Amino acid sequence: MSLKIIVLAKQVPDTRNVGKDAMKEDGTVNRAALPAIFNPEDLNALEQALRLKDSHPNSTVTILTMGPPRAADIIREGLFRGADGGYLLTDRIFAGADTLATSYALHMAVKKVGRFDLIISGRQAIDGDTAQVGPQVAEKLGIPQITYAEEIQSVNDGKATVKRRLEHGVEIVAGKLPLLITVNGSAPACRPRNAMLIQKYKHAQTASEAAAAQLGDLLNKRPFLKLGEWSATDVNADPQQCGLSGSPTKVKKIENIVFQAKESKAFDDSDGQIEELMVELINNHTIG
Amino acid sequence: MNNIFVYLEIENGKTEDVSLELLTKGRALADKLNCKLEAVAAGSGLNQIGTQVFPYGVDRLHLFDDKRLSPYTSLPHTAILVKLFKEEKPQIALMGATGVGRDLGPRVSSALFSGLTADCTALEIGDHEEKKENKTYKNLLYQIRPAFGGNIVATIVNPDNRPQMATVREGVMKKEIRDANYRGETVAHNPSEYVSDEDFAVGIIERHIESSKINVKSAPIIVAGGYGMGSKENFELLHQLAATVGAEVGASRAAVDAGFTEHERQIGQTGVTVRPKLYIACGISGQIQHVAGMQDSSIIISVNNDANAPINTIADYVIVGEAETVIPKMIKYYKKNSK
Repeated sequence: MSLKIIVLAKQVPDTRNVGKDAMKEDGTVNRAALPAIFNPEDLNALEQALRLKDSHPNSTVTILTMGPPRAADIIREGLFRGADGGYLLTDRIFAGADTLATSYALHMAVKKVGRFDLIISGRQAIDGDTAQVGPQVAEKLGIPQITYAEEIQSVNDGKATVKRRLEHGVEIVAGKLPLLITVNGSAPACRPRNAMLIQKYKHAQTASEAAAAQLGDLLNKRPFLKLGEWSATDVNADPQQCGLSGSPTKVKKIENIVFQAKESKAFDDSDGQIEELMVELINNHTIG
Repeated sequence: MNNIFVYLEIENGKTEDVSLELLTKGRALADKLNCKLEAVAAGSGLNQIGTQVFPYGVDRLHLFDDKRLSPYTSLPHTAILVKLFKEEKPQIALMGATGVGRDLGPRVSSALFSGLTADCTALEIGDHEEKKENKTYKNLLYQIRPAFGGNIVATIVNPDNRPQMATVREGVMKKEIRDANYRGETVAHNPSEYVSDEDFAVGIIERHIESSKINVKSAPIIVAGGYGMGSKENFELLHQLAATVGAEVGASRAAVDAGFTEHERQIGQTGVTVRPKLYIACGISGQIQHVAGMQDSSIIISVNNDANAPINTIADYVIVGEAETVIPKMIKYYKKNSK
């Protein structure tokens, strides 16, 4: 049985190794100083999708991402690794969306993509760590969800069997299609880019990118290079439910935390100093 | 109406610590707001739950006892909370930021169109002004959490939608019995009025839950390593120091992400929160998301080659040097001087 699979992926600032210039003086985040990457767990999700494509001939994997125009990189990255196509959902009206407004927009885009068997996404994105968008998209589509997946073991007879990784153990569950699955970082890493696919898709572009790059009618000659690009109107999204106005949560305050400084005793790494410290800790019964 | 609801996580008829911690916090918030604290238990074999939770100050306990509700699956528990919340109209709903709560919370919030904030590290009550609309909101729930990989702290509010929902990780809030003799009312609901057959679309085939062998949360001394440890091999030094002084090994998120050690050891907003009597931070710079999970340690030692590492500002003792040099010396001089 061939499968239609949608992978939800997000371009995120790499928050894992934040340098000193990542914060502006006013305490806000300097996004420009952080490299934009494919959200790590979304890559785990892509791999699960590609494995299903390998084992179910004629299946398709479609990337769906929401973000600024440069997020088209995520679709190209997916194509280089084996995805079949993708859509970028981009519109200023989406700005300031919380997880609920984001899932609203994504679920409208999923409806526009059309029939699907599985939606697979990473468990959470590293810039928010909420793990909310996956389940919320599932709820809005009225389909079941399986979160914390480590392996999609099989898909047949209209059912997916999935191994979940929980805090203190594992669960094997079976769910009816169509289904949304979120994948953990403990799942296998994504396969690398494929050289042939890079050759094939390196000029893949959205319509706006193609217009800016003046590639002439390349996209018309090779339609597979055309990446989908949708605005809120294209996916019939109600503007009231998008972006800030569609977000029940509001950010009241952002702070750069200044730690409550303690008066600390300083030591260097010489033998004498370390011995002094250990003796002090033993004498005041902190250790031993 | 307009009370505070806590969703109880239950394993083998026992309420999980994270839920008892939330009840403790929920009780304090209810006192402040002058409303009631209610708890929801869905599962099977729930006859002991009342005895377990009433001492935490629960005024009403909602029971949904049905074999099919245990173990937890997403849709039936969602259906229960959605319908119950529509009937009861809570102003605040809290759940654990656990595998269960993070699966359930977003689904419920989407169905009710109510805002949800994940992994809060503090919950407070306060007012909020929407300047554009010239509107003041009284007594909102401030949902406070580190954001953006732990580089900033955000206060989130839900001005217009109810319930105001938040998840909190285990260990973040303190668990405290209110009154051992406190007794609330029990309301036994009929689960079939809340859950339909279609809600059982996902079935559990196999389940192995084991208590983790690693117990960072209750260790009196923690030796924690960060990205600055540089390698998995250097993490072995931490284990040696831990074995010497009777400690457990913890880690920052960066160290776990780099594959230096197991996820179970992660301390911080997205890991466990700890309050040991001694915390030795080795090669940890001190991102907020880490500090949020260990700042209440009684004594903090920082071992770092950067004299200006942020964590040094909250440390009682700062050793400036390479962890690889310092740790073996700590072991050596502990052994030499301990009786």
